[in-house]
Amino acid sequence: MTSPTDRPPPPSVRSGGNYIDEYRDPAAARALLSEIDAVMARHPSRRFKFMEVCGGHTHAIYRHGIESLRSASIELVHGPGCPVCVIPMGRIDDALAVANTDGVTLCCFGDMMRVPGGSSSLLEVKATGADVRVVYSPLDALDIARREPDRSVVFLAVGFETTAPSTAATLLQARDDDVGNFSVMCNHVTIIPPLKAILESPGMSLDGFLGPGHVSTVIGTKPYRFVATQYGRPLVTAGFEPVDVLQGVLMLLRQIDEGRCEIENQYRRVVSAEGNAKALGLMREVFTVRPHFEWRGLGFIPHSGLGLAEAFARWDADRLFDVPGLRVADPKACQCGEVLKGALRPWECKVFGTACTPETPIGTCMVSSEGACAAYYNYGRYTPRDRIPVRSG
Amino acid sequence: MVDKAWEHTASEHTASEHTASEHEATEHKASEHDDGRRAALARIEAWRQRAPVFKDDTITMAHGAGGKASQSLLAGVILPALAGGGGGGADGADGGSDAELRRLDDGAVIDMPAGHRLVVTTDAFVVTPRFFSGGSIGDLAVNGTVNDLAVMGATPHALTLSLVLEEGFAVAELRRILDDVAAAAKVARVTVVAGDTKVVEREAADGCYLTTTGIGFRRTEADLGAEFVEPGDVVICSGPIGDHGIAVLVARGDLALTADLASDTRPLAPAVAALLDAVPATRWLRDATRGGAASVLNELAAACGFGVEVDEAAVPVRRPVVGACELLGLDPLYIANEGTFVAVVPAEGSADALRAVRSVPGCEEAAVIGSVVDDHPQLVVANTAFGGTRILDMLVGDPLPRIC
Repeated sequence: MTSPTDRPPPPSVRSGGNYIDEYRDPAAARALLSEIDAVMARHPSRRFKFMEVCGGHTHAIYRHGIESLRSASIELVHGPGCPVCVIPMGRIDDALAVANTDGVTLCCFGDMMRVPGGSSSLLEVKATGADVRVVYSPLDALDIARREPDRSVVFLAVGFETTAPSTAATLLQARDDDVGNFSVMCNHVTIIPPLKAILESPGMSLDGFLGPGHVSTVIGTKPYRFVATQYGRPLVTAGFEPVDVLQGVLMLLRQIDEGRCEIENQYRRVVSAEGNAKALGLMREVFTVRPHFEWRGLGFIPHSGLGLAEAFARWDADRLFDVPGLRVADPKACQCGEVLKGALRPWECKVFGTACTPETPIGTCMVSSEGACAAYYNYGRYTPRDRIPVRSG
Repeated sequence: MVDKAWEHTASEHTASEHTASEHEATEHKASEHDDGRRAALARIEAWRQRAPVFKDDTITMAHGAGGKASQSLLAGVILPALAGGGGGGADGADGGSDAELRRLDDGAVIDMPAGHRLVVTTDAFVVTPRFFSGGSIGDLAVNGTVNDLAVMGATPHALTLSLVLEEGFAVAELRRILDDVAAAAKVARVTVVAGDTKVVEREAADGCYLTTTGIGFRRTEADLGAEFVEPGDVVICSGPIGDHGIAVLVARGDLALTADLASDTRPLAPAVAALLDAVPATRWLRDATRGGAASVLNELAAACGFGVEVDEAAVPVRRPVVGACELLGLDPLYIANEGTFVAVVPAEGSADALRAVRSVPGCEEAAVIGSVVDDHPQLVVANTAFGGTRILDMLVGDPLPRIC
């Protein structure tokens, strides 16, 4: 509900609120939209293409109907920042193998249950007898391990720098309390390498980035500097409420309008330049950067994944269990990779909304509520006729 | 429940006249022997005739076997809780009679009032935890079923109750649940007229499941259905949404959340009756249980073939529900309710409808939340509070499993 912060809210937002309502204020939105229109009016022939890096933005854009508000000449492209969406099928198969091991209790976040592996999903192996439990925090999994010493409890860790510190803190606690029947199957990833990969990809046509909000609470805004200095693209870290997103878009437009190219911070109420030193310290202690990690649809990206450091080998499920470890090719029809890179819009995928739906997802983007496809399918299929022409897929 | 043999408890006589003389000497050894034997038999018979006192603390397989243990559970726990608690007002217009239950026949016989049709519905209840702020599985088992009858335009009359108990279930908890069933039935003016109890081995069920079947009577001329819905009609919601789902989630305790919130479990028949009296042209009704208001609106759109437009800002939601949903990434429109309905009424009747529904306790916050439109057939579209639009689709998966 309220975000603990003593930083002031952005200037365009009235103060004294509860950190939600004021960021969903239609009047504030209208003011921002007219400012956006004013900037756009100075560039009548230009189209702008911005990537919202984080799935949270994607969700907010559809959940609040920003997609139906924005000017037709600003295109928001979904990025790779949905932790569930980027998990490759081979890793799901590894998790299924662990879950099917005798004596194992596999704990995961609810989002992971429906993610399809090569042949099955956690939801399906649970139904056929595997002990798979949904937890809300890695600490819940550690508690299960303490309560049920006869079970080997494995936490399936996913997520960017947002969730990695809590996994790290849990592992430190497991070490301090000497909990031997707990382990972590680590799939944590970092945001900078895929961002770099997108900037390096041929035909990159993005004009700027809405930087991730909650990842940035941990890593700060400094690591994004290369986006402006090396690649000449502006980036604005933005919050997840609709006013945040609109203000982020306005800040990007203003930079372009004024000929600036900088890393700016819209989400000042929780994001600082330096980030969260304590969280970063925990991560440094517990994780090591993997040489390569496979991303769904994006392929192997060097130095993009986190594994457990040698000192935590005892709690490393990858070392404790014999998993297939195979690379499983995405289904032919699935174009999640193109969607994650922003090359395809969800409805341009061949199977979107027909063979691939939230009930029977083929690709990961259709699974999590932060996935671009699920967000578009759930919230965005209807476009008011009088505002933006309906595109056909 | 086990049939027959309820006479065991009905019989009040004792064997004192036999026992008084049992040790008195007699001349004949044979008759002495006979007397002793007779006395012993009488003692046994008297013991068998006692009203069973149920002393067990936990349910065992024997309680479901249909024999003496089953009868003592029935006579010592179930009937005392359920029989005699019914509504069955003097007018006889609603509520069955507990006499039907006490007969312990294989079924209940119920008279149909003239000019009515029978409406029947059934529901299973597996909620976990079984007790939560504002109610319990016992309340749900009554209200869930009578509300299905109510939104069919029927006056709820009677229920049957099936219990599936796990071996080892605490009898004290069973008594609490049955007391809640009885209390809710009394409020809803229905009686339990038949039932059944089964016990399954430990771990073959999670404690206790309830199934109720409800019957109600609907006036022959009453007409409700999606086929009567027309573009221009307005959609009314009878109260704040999401209370039940969030109350259960909080009671589950695995989120370390607390909230000043109670389940909305309550009988809807009074509010429905008030609505139908005030606006006889009411088109369509549904109680917004699992899947929440968004799911019933989708059912409406699919069934009537028109679009449904919802004004998100107009939907009543309490702050604790908004807060919990924000934290957990849930949408109140998809959270379950147990005492909230969605109605479609003609536009000209909307003021009367609101007034009528709001006059009923628990429904004071009823509101017009949207309308039926020609646009986007079979789709539910929300105008967000923020000024945008989004689709409200059917719920996929289960954000909160086992909420009823």
